Amino acid sequence: MAETGRLTAPAAPLFGPVTLVRLAIIAAVLVIWEAVAASGLLFRDVVPSLTVIAQALVALLADPTYYWNLGVTAGEIGVAILIGGLAGLGVGILLGANPLLARAYEAYLYYLGPTPKIIFFPVMIMWFGVGPGSKIAMGVISCFFPVALSAAAGMRGIDKVLIRVGRSFRLSSWQMVTKIYLPAMRLPIINGVRLGLGVAIIGTLLAETKLSNKGVGFLIINAYSTFNMPRMYALLIVLFVLSIGVNALIGRFGGVNTTTRR
Amino acid sequence: MSRAYRLVPFALGFGTLVILIALMEALIRAGVINKFIVPTPLEIGGAFSRVIVEEDIPHRFLVTARESFWAAVLLVVVGVGLGVLLYRIQLLRDATETWVAALASAPTVLMYPLFLVIFGRSEKTIIMMGFVAGVPAVILKTVEGLAGTRRVLIDVGRSFKLTELQLFWKILFPAALATIFVGLRLGMIFALINIVGVEFLINFGGLGQLINDLAERYDLAGTYAAICFVILVSVVFFFLTDRLERWLRPAA
Repeated sequence: MAETGRLTAPAAPLFGPVTLVRLAIIAAVLVIWEAVAASGLLFRDVVPSLTVIAQALVALLADPTYYWNLGVTAGEIGVAILIGGLAGLGVGILLGANPLLARAYEAYLYYLGPTPKIIFFPVMIMWFGVGPGSKIAMGVISCFFPVALSAAAGMRGIDKVLIRVGRSFRLSSWQMVTKIYLPAMRLPIINGVRLGLGVAIIGTLLAETKLSNKGVGFLIINAYSTFNMPRMYALLIVLFVLSIGVNALIGRFGGVNTTTRR
Repeated sequence: MSRAYRLVPFALGFGTLVILIALMEALIRAGVINKFIVPTPLEIGGAFSRVIVEEDIPHRFLVTARESFWAAVLLVVVGVGLGVLLYRIQLLRDATETWVAALASAPTVLMYPLFLVIFGRSEKTIIMMGFVAGVPAVILKTVEGLAGTRRVLIDVGRSFKLTELQLFWKILFPAALATIFVGLRLGMIFALINIVGVEFLINFGGLGQLINDLAERYDLAGTYAAICFVILVSVVFFFLTDRLERWLRPAA
């Protein structure tokens, strides 16, 4: 009688082929970067050595003023998302619930949404001054459009059965919004907030680079003005990591795949 | 009935816009809104012709159009090229597609000071900023379009013993064209936003610089008129590419 052994899966390799390709790409980029930095092909300090950038990154993360400026920017973006997001949500629900209003006004939102919002900055300065108000306003007008359009689309996508159930229970308008519409629109709203957050970050930070004396945008343009390239690279790295991280976090919160957009 | 069905919403939307403009005019004239902060709509309308003639808007428009054209060329060549590469090499696609998607959500426009250092205060910086903003969308949509080609079409091509190149040009590319165009349209919208934005920020180039110039001269009516002009240009651009996309879509 043949001996029957226990079936065991072959040991998985430590790194799969995808991970190996990723590591190879990262290694290649770092080697090319270091080679360009050492070659002097580009203007001095435009491509600083990786060790210099790493030192600048450590210095930045240990700098208390960086966190103060980050707090200023985060506060501006937070207020912008709150105002722009709530306004967008309200307008979106209104347009989504009323087909006549949607056909009358949604085209304006649809076509105004992709215009470059930074051109409104001179107007925002005149209206709200050179302080945080104009930066918050830039964030608000940036994030309003994607939230409103997503909320309107989400509202139209609500299962009609849910709405009929709500009406059969004689829910008030407020109860319909809080008990039926908002829970059913969770995913489109979170998608809208994700898009809105991305453009609010851009709008606020660009405004800070144009005219401000505080915030991360100011730090970036200040590093440029003083030609402190390692610090500028460090700031951009931290900013990119934070932006992508927050975006992924919101997507995870809503159960949305943040990376695969297909 | 159907004509009225179409006209009522349009009349409501356009009528609201006209009422809002009239209301602004009245509030500014009455002194409720400070005229040194918001000029009257009539003044803004009057400033249009002045700005077009004195500030040479046609030339500035052409400068922005030229920058957008070169950014679009880069998007087509590099973006579609990289998309095709990722489609062809599955391992590379698996390894990098999430990175490209992450890049799409990153605030790349904030790299403009870096590009200023590398390319100087020139059109190259503006073109590159437009390209960087638009390229992730083009890559992702190109991969999506090619990967979405129906298996039966590819099998038909193989049964005719088409070479890989023929298979691409006769089967894959036509089937993916509509989706690739969606990516190009998105990429060009992002590029245009960044191009006008960076022109404004670095005070160089076409329409974006005009707004900055007028604002620095405290030409309020001119600034508002220039902003309206830029909005008009981007809306027309968005509308035309939207129509083109809808025209292409049934062909897929």
